[in-house]
Amino acid sequence: MGIKEVEPVQINVKEQFEARVSESVRDVFQVEELSLWYGTNQALNSISFSVKEKQVTAIIGPSGCGKSTFLKTLNRMVELNTNVQTRGSIIYQDVDVFDPKVNLVELRSAIGMVFQKPNPFAKSIFDNVAFGPKIHGVRNKKKLKEVVELCLKRVGLWDEVKDRLNDSALSLSGGQQQRLCIARCLAVEPEVILMDEPTSALDPISSAKVENLIEELKELYSIVVVTHNMQQAARISDHTAFFLHGELVEYDRTDRIFSNPQDQRTKDYVTGRFG
Amino acid sequence: MRLPSLKTNVESTQSVVVTKQKLTQKSFVTNLGDYLMEKLFLLLGTLAIFILLLIVGFLIREGSDALREVGISEFIFGQSWYPSSSEPRYGALPFIISSVMVTVGALLLAVPWGIFTAIFISEIAPKRLKEMLKPVVEIFAIFPSVVLGFIALIVISPIVANVFGLSNGLTAVTAAVILSVMALPTIISIAEDSLNSVPSDFKEGAYALGATKWEVIKNISLPAAKSGIIAAVMLGFGRAVGETMTVLMAAGNAIDMPIQHFLGLTVPDFLTSVRTLTANIAIEGSDVAWGSLHYSALFVVGMILFVITFIVNLIADLLINRQRGALRND
Repeated sequence: MGIKEVEPVQINVKEQFEARVSESVRDVFQVEELSLWYGTNQALNSISFSVKEKQVTAIIGPSGCGKSTFLKTLNRMVELNTNVQTRGSIIYQDVDVFDPKVNLVELRSAIGMVFQKPNPFAKSIFDNVAFGPKIHGVRNKKKLKEVVELCLKRVGLWDEVKDRLNDSALSLSGGQQQRLCIARCLAVEPEVILMDEPTSALDPISSAKVENLIEELKELYSIVVVTHNMQQAARISDHTAFFLHGELVEYDRTDRIFSNPQDQRTKDYVTGRFG
Repeated sequence: MRLPSLKTNVESTQSVVVTKQKLTQKSFVTNLGDYLMEKLFLLLGTLAIFILLLIVGFLIREGSDALREVGISEFIFGQSWYPSSSEPRYGALPFIISSVMVTVGALLLAVPWGIFTAIFISEIAPKRLKEMLKPVVEIFAIFPSVVLGFIALIVISPIVANVFGLSNGLTAVTAAVILSVMALPTIISIAEDSLNSVPSDFKEGAYALGATKWEVIKNISLPAAKSGIIAAVMLGFGRAVGETMTVLMAAGNAIDMPIQHFLGLTVPDFLTSVRTLTANIAIEGSDVAWGSLHYSALFVVGMILFVITFIVNLIADLLINRQRGALRND
């Protein structure tokens, strides 16, 4: 499996940051006029913006503003709900993800997802990580072992669990479970990772670990993270989109959103006046 | 309670005394309610167990005569049952084999059919169809067994006779088919419940990894619902092995060994008329002389039935516990 080794995090974060946030980066998603309805309830209204490659894009906004719905639309997980209708397009790899010809298996392999509540399967730690490769046809035991070790190392869990890979994943702590879920997601070699409030169910120390992990992972993956924690968005993201009532109010570089927002509603939200 | 600052010193000391009294003195009324409820539940609980033990004791007492006189091995391995002959024989093996054949036959049909139906209802059917199917299935569970027996008699047995070219369609197969229909609602309903209770988090996690619907069902839903499905199968077994009226009407009730010789092997013959343990008790129980050896022997047949269900339930319990032990959900 062609997963590259993680490079050690560099100390000069600021310089890195400046370099990364150049506007010329390739778009991984181009969202155009996206609207979505649950039955007759409109959850998203004409969302248009582009998600940049190998950067962290944060989606912030108060509860019920459609940020999780938007995230789930990117890999069409939203269609697990009944009665969902969409309009508009999301261009990924020059293909509209709503194209009826799109192979959902391939789409969801390329666009991994991490959920709000850690949801490891009721299987062993090993089988959790090996699940993705297995269903995508990897049968070779040695190869599976390699993938599992690599992914667990990448999320910093290997040293904690290497002696008990056959224990139930449910015996891990919440923070460990969430990192296991990220490892499980990495094992199918995605290009993009979607994270739906990945730290909201975790204690501060575990949250910090996951945040650090996101910092490391953006070297290799494009990451879209939904969060209701504005400090977190400010800490980890390069771009931020602010959603309100199903609409995209503002989308810009994270530093600008937090220091000099153009829209009054964004300003009110990021300064804590509501939300 | 008043605020302490509003009181004089004397009052507050008094109130401390009062509080202390309240704290240390159990209220008779509140504790009486508690006491009575506790005893009531204890009574009901122990009574249920006591009555069950009483039934077992009764079985053993009434059956002990025949057990002593005929011997347990004759009951279990004896191949002929002639209770009214001048030299009575009490071999219940034909009934044991018949019961096992009919039950296993029914489960062979009902388990895959029921589990696939449960998967369909729980995982595949659109919401509206699902809401319609569930109650329909549950209504089937309350069908009177005599009606189903009648259907077996009138509908299934001629079909069986035609298909297999038999003169008499009342066979083990006929009984197994109708029993499988009877066990289906139980199996579907319990299996569907346990599939439904698999957290959607698990399924979402698998879908997000690019799993197909079938992969999610096979790798996530079914393993997570395993103990519930085992319970469903065991309840289906209980329903089938204990069923009397339907098999009485459908199976033909011949007392011979239901076996045939095939390529030098002795194999069960599903296309012959059989009499199960339950049917035998029902047929002979009504006109047996009270206190006779035959009467006692029928209790032994009941004991055999009890032991079979007991062992199967025990195995089911062990399987479920072992699965729980393998993956502790804490």
